Amino acid sequence: MVSQAERYKSGVMPYAQMGYWDDDYQPSDTDVIAVFRISPQDGVDPIEAAAAVAGESSTATWTVVWTDRLTACDAYRARAYRVDPVPGSPGQYFAYIAYDIDLFEEGSIANLTASIIGNVFGFKPLKALRLEDMRMPVAYLKTFQGPPTGIIAERERLDKFGRPLLGATTKPKLGLSSKNYGRVVYEALRGGLDFVKDDENINSQPFMHWRDRYLYCMEAVNKAAAATGEVKGHYLNVTAATMEDMYERADFAKQLGSCIVMIDLVIGYTAIQSMSKWARRNDMILHLHRAGHGTYTRQKTHGVSFRVIAKWMRMAGVDHIHAGTVVGKLEGDPNVIKGIYSICRDSFTYKNLEHGVFFDQDWAGLRKLMPVASGGIHAGQMHQLISYLGEDVVLQFGGGTIGHPQGIQAGATANRVALEAMIKARNEGRDIWQEGPQILEQAAQWCSPLRAALQTWKDVAFNYQSTDTADFVPTATTA
Amino acid sequence: MRITQGTFSFLPDLSDAEIHAQIEYALGQGWAIGVEYTDDPHPRNCYWEMWGNPMFDLRSATGAMHEVLACREAHPRTYIRVNAFDSTRGFETTRLSFIVNRPAEEPGFLLKRHELDGRRIQYTLESYATAGAPEGRRYR
Repeated sequence: MVSQAERYKSGVMPYAQMGYWDDDYQPSDTDVIAVFRISPQDGVDPIEAAAAVAGESSTATWTVVWTDRLTACDAYRARAYRVDPVPGSPGQYFAYIAYDIDLFEEGSIANLTASIIGNVFGFKPLKALRLEDMRMPVAYLKTFQGPPTGIIAERERLDKFGRPLLGATTKPKLGLSSKNYGRVVYEALRGGLDFVKDDENINSQPFMHWRDRYLYCMEAVNKAAAATGEVKGHYLNVTAATMEDMYERADFAKQLGSCIVMIDLVIGYTAIQSMSKWARRNDMILHLHRAGHGTYTRQKTHGVSFRVIAKWMRMAGVDHIHAGTVVGKLEGDPNVIKGIYSICRDSFTYKNLEHGVFFDQDWAGLRKLMPVASGGIHAGQMHQLISYLGEDVVLQFGGGTIGHPQGIQAGATANRVALEAMIKARNEGRDIWQEGPQILEQAAQWCSPLRAALQTWKDVAFNYQSTDTADFVPTATTA
Repeated sequence: MRITQGTFSFLPDLSDAEIHAQIEYALGQGWAIGVEYTDDPHPRNCYWEMWGNPMFDLRSATGAMHEVLACREAHPRTYIRVNAFDSTRGFETTRLSFIVNRPAEEPGFLLKRHELDGRRIQYTLESYATAGAPEGRRYR
C-alpha cells in the first residue's frame, strides 16, 4: 500500500496503480457496468489498458492531479475488475468496468454517453475499442421515461393483435412529388399494410416540402382506413435541422390526426429524448430509424455495438427501432439479432453470451420497444422471418410491396396473406420452418398476388458473411 | 367491402374446425378466451359487447367453441370476434383477436371530410350501417 502522499505526487503513474484496476471489486446493484472489447497497442499490458479505459471514461487525466484529494475520489473512480481474452481473437480482451451511479445525471443519455464513449475511443495506447454491452442498474433506469407508447399500448391503440405488423417504405425514396408520394401510401395501406413509412432522408427537399407531404399522406391514411375499417398509419418523418422545426412538424402531424411520427438516429440523443417527451404528451407513437448507426456498430473491433444503442434507445424512449432482419439485405447475424430483439422486448433480459448479451438486465418496468425488420425482405421469406423474429415486430417490405408486378395493392395483399396464413399455420401446430414454402404455395393457390410475388422473388437471398457476430459459440454438452 | 380487422381477415372465413384449432392454441398458451359481438365495427370502437366475461377457468376448446356458436345463434347478423387474454406480467393484454362471424353484407364506411383552413382536412369515418339506425337494428 503506497502512502497518500506518494500516491498523489506530481507525475505520471500507471492507471492500474492509480486505482482504476481492482480485481477484487464486486460490482454493487447500483453500479453501471460496461464491457469493452479492447485491442491494446503492442507491448501494452491488457490490465493497464483496461484501467486506462476505466480512468479516461471516469475521473482520470494523463497525470496525477492533487485536486483529487479535495474529493471522495475513490468513489468516483471507475474500476476495471475483470479482463478476459476474447475467444479466438488474439490481442483482444473483454474488459469489465464498473461505474458508481453518482457519476451520471439522472435521465440523461447525453451525460451517460459523454462519460462512457466520450474521450476514450481516441485513446492512443489502444489500437481499437468497442463498447460491447452495458448493465443498467434498476435505480438508474427508473430515472428514464422509456418508450412513450410501448408495444402493449401500441397494439391496443391500433387494435392489431396476434401477428407482426406490416409496413413499407415509400420508394423511390427521393424525388416523388407529394401527390404521387401519397398515392403510394394509399395503395399500400389499402392493399393490406398497417403502416407506410417515410424514408430516413425524406425531410423537406425542393421536390417535396414537408407540409405538402403530410397533407397528402393523411388523405391516403384516412381513405385506406375507410376502405378497410382498420386503423392505419404513416410514419411522418419530423427530422429537421432544429428542435423548433421538429416540434413544428410534429405538431402539424398531430393536428392532422396522425397516430405516429418518426425521427432519425442522426438527430442525436438529446433531440431523441425531447421528441420522446413530446410523443408521451401528445399520445403519439414514436418511430426511430437508425440512420448512421452502421458507421460505428458494424465492425467488431471498434465502435459501439448495436445492442448498446438499442438499450440506450429503450431508455431514451422510442417506440420502434430498426433492429435487423437476419435474412434481408443489411447486416445481421441470427444470434446477434436475437440478442438485440431480447433487449428491445424483454421484461428481463438474461445473460446469453451466444447472443452477445453479457449481463442479466432487469428492465424495471420500462415499456417494451417494437423492433422493425426492414431491408430486402419479401413474402417468400415469411416463415423464416416469423421463426427468427417472432410476433412483436414490424415487418417492412418496401421493394417487396411496391415492386410487385401487379401493382402496389397486390404487393401489400401478397404480404398480408402470406403473414396471416403463416401465423394461422403456426398456431395450428405446423412446423413452419420446414413447411413454410408449402404453406405459402397453398395460400398462393387462391391468392394470385401472392402467387406472383413468390414467382418474382423466389430466388432472392442475401447470403453474405456477417461481420458483427457473437464471440462465444455453443459448446457441445453430453446430456 | 370486407372489414379486415382481426388477425385472419385476409384469409377465407375460418371454418368451425379452424376456429377450434386457434382456440386450442390460445388455451395452450395459458390465455383466457372471450367472445365479443357488435353491430358498430368502427375501427375506434374498442368496446364490443361481451358475450359474458372472459372464460378464465375454462380450459377446453370445445367449451369455448360452444360459446362462439351460442353467440352466433343469438346474434347472427353481427360481427363476432374471439379474443385471447394473457395475464402474464409484462403483457396483460389481448394476444390474439380474430373475427368468427360477419354480416352477409358489409356496406363499409363513409369518409367525411371537414375542410379547414390551409388545405387541412379533419377526417371522420362513419359506418353506413350505423348511420340513422340504432343499436340492434343494423345489418337487417
